[in-house]
Amino acid sequence: MSTTVLPPPKETSEPVGFAEHSPLRRLLSWEGAITALLIFAVLVATFGVEGFADSFNLANAQLDIVEIAILSLTLTLLVVIGEIDLSIASNLGMCSALMGVLWNAGMSIETIIPLTILVGAVAGALNGFLVTVVGLPSLAVTIGTLALYRGMAYVLLGDKAVADFPAAYTTWPAKTLGSLPIPYPTVLVIVLAIVVGIVLHATPIGRSLYAIGSNKEAARFAGIRVKRITFWLFVASGAFAGLAAVIYTFRFSSARADNANGLELTVVAAVLLGGVSIFGGRGTLPGVLVAVLLVGVLRNALILDDVSTETLMLVTGGLLIFSVLAPNAVTWARERWRLRKLSS
Amino acid sequence: MSEPVVERQRSAAALLGRLARARELGLVVALFLLFGVTAIVNPRFIGVQSFKDILLNTAIVGLLAVGQTLVVVTRNIDLSVGSVLGLSAFVTGLLFADHDVPIVVAFVVGTLIGAVCGVINGVLVAVCRIPALVVTLGTMYVFRGADYWLAEGRQVNAADMPSAFLKIGSGSVLGIPILPLIALVLLALAAWGMRNLRSGRELYAIGSNPDAARLAGIPVGRRLFVAFVLTGTLSGVAGVLWAARYGTVDATAATGFELNVVAAVVVGGVAIFGGSGTVVGAALGALLLSTIGSALVVLKVEALWERAIDGALLLLAITLDRVLALRAERALRASASRGATTLPANGAAAPPATGAAAVPADGATTTPPDGATTTPPDGATTTPPDGATTTPAARTAADARASEDAAADVAKGGTR
Repeated sequence: MSTTVLPPPKETSEPVGFAEHSPLRRLLSWEGAITALLIFAVLVATFGVEGFADSFNLANAQLDIVEIAILSLTLTLLVVIGEIDLSIASNLGMCSALMGVLWNAGMSIETIIPLTILVGAVAGALNGFLVTVVGLPSLAVTIGTLALYRGMAYVLLGDKAVADFPAAYTTWPAKTLGSLPIPYPTVLVIVLAIVVGIVLHATPIGRSLYAIGSNKEAARFAGIRVKRITFWLFVASGAFAGLAAVIYTFRFSSARADNANGLELTVVAAVLLGGVSIFGGRGTLPGVLVAVLLVGVLRNALILDDVSTETLMLVTGGLLIFSVLAPNAVTWARERWRLRKLSS
Repeated sequence: MSEPVVERQRSAAALLGRLARARELGLVVALFLLFGVTAIVNPRFIGVQSFKDILLNTAIVGLLAVGQTLVVVTRNIDLSVGSVLGLSAFVTGLLFADHDVPIVVAFVVGTLIGAVCGVINGVLVAVCRIPALVVTLGTMYVFRGADYWLAEGRQVNAADMPSAFLKIGSGSVLGIPILPLIALVLLALAAWGMRNLRSGRELYAIGSNPDAARLAGIPVGRRLFVAFVLTGTLSGVAGVLWAARYGTVDATAATGFELNVVAAVVVGGVAIFGGSGTVVGAALGALLLSTIGSALVVLKVEALWERAIDGALLLLAITLDRVLALRAERALRASASRGATTLPANGAAAPPATGAAAVPADGATTTPPDGATTTPPDGATTTPPDGATTTPAARTAADARASEDAAADVAKGGTR
């Protein structure tokens, strides 16, 4: 072992070696790659797929990913601290079913909307309670509540559908900003994204999220209230699911128990594709948003191109694996190259 | 001096073992209660036909639960099992519909498809070192997509399959339905292997502490690879059985099934973060969940409740586990601190380390390798007890933890 000493001074004095490990460079390379992929996809879709650049279609494409975008915001925060919430789509379904029930009971929409978001937040609080107070792993907890909340949706509404919401609300999601192809929900997503982005990237709380994700114990000893933050992130995740439920229900003008069934996996895929490490402590919100857009472009272009939605699954899954495999391969190749250079 | 230590460790191991057994016993008790209560409402619930139906319903999810256990004890997860099952089931149907193959060929091909899917997962996890959650989430989509791509919206009907094949799904031998029989044989094999094979024990050691397992000389990558291949293979077999049971197969078969499987495994007492749990427990978990499904029908509770109850039960199970584990940990810590006052050397050695391994970590330094005092654990025999003399303290601690984990595993691991 002592015969093959690696020359440490050379390594540390090399400025390139230093830059390689700087978070800035890593961030740039990851986001650069995924943004390039997005631009490439948009270009291909614009010139290769008929009707993609049509402004009506562009608005539709955005609507198609509104819920994914909303859910991905809070999921990003949770994954950054090393937790996961798989119950978001079920929570959405439960909230949607609840809207149907409340509307049938004669409640006004103005009361239903805040109530739905509140119920979503309470459902999130249950996740948070089980994770922080009882001390259970979030993966197991949210697989449980995934079944529980979807089950509650069926208990609430059965296999019926409530579709007679007032037109003033159901037409709202499709309305656009003047003549721009930007529907109202997109504006909402942008506002939320800015708020969450600022919290994550420009506040002490945001920094502490990375600290928690990197090392929970160390973060706790550093005085970060790990449990409290974790709890409130789960609550936020639930509230966002409630909000997504409101938009989803109005968008399709239909409250059903199976609304957004299985959407959680698309959201997780988007977050991981956006460069957030599943082990926590790494990832940025812009990266995730670019990934959500990429998923949206692919969905839309493939559907327009009459490629079956099933091929879409192949592409989504492939992208997800690729997104983790590629950086691993690059690191591995770089390491090999470095070792060879050192040994020669 | 080592006498009380040994005794203490023996009692700790016994406590952990008791906890694990308590889980399986608890499941059996829950099953009996369920049967009892349901039978009071509707006596027909206890009858040959009813038992047969429940067993038939359990067989496939039970098989997948067994496979899932192999992966979950290593602190991994396989979310692609539902998609693998679907793919295998559809290809089986396709083979009969388009090529009229003999039944054996269909079995072999279905199983091979599962194995190949398992190899893909295994390579990505063990060789490429991608977290299993991410890999299998991705392959869940990919395999399902491949299924749709093959199917092109087609559906294979029971009329396309030979009746002898469909018999496997519904028929019985000597009054015992065939499907559960196949599942039971595979369960017995898996249970025996996990208990007695060196590689089976090593799966537990990996799940308890992957780093320690690596230090102890366990070929972690190879074991993980094999675990994923086995899980895939079992899912492939389950796919063929699915085709035999339901006759009608399209590309959506068993969509979302992976969550039922994970629920069964967790209810069955397999810790989601690895290191403990048995395939028998997982199979019992599957049995309990599908019995609840059947009981709801008999109790005339709307079937809509089933999912909610499944979820609630899963949460209850893990909460209960956690409470019991905390209590056990406290008891062990109390006995450890009592030990520390009489044996000063132990107190200084190390605080109770990882979860289940609340057994004091002093084994390697003050006593002969603790594994040797209980039963010969495979992991512990590969751990050189001389670590204390040749390596720095950190290494010693890791070794101690490894052998102690292995000891806990041999004691059938407790709850974490």
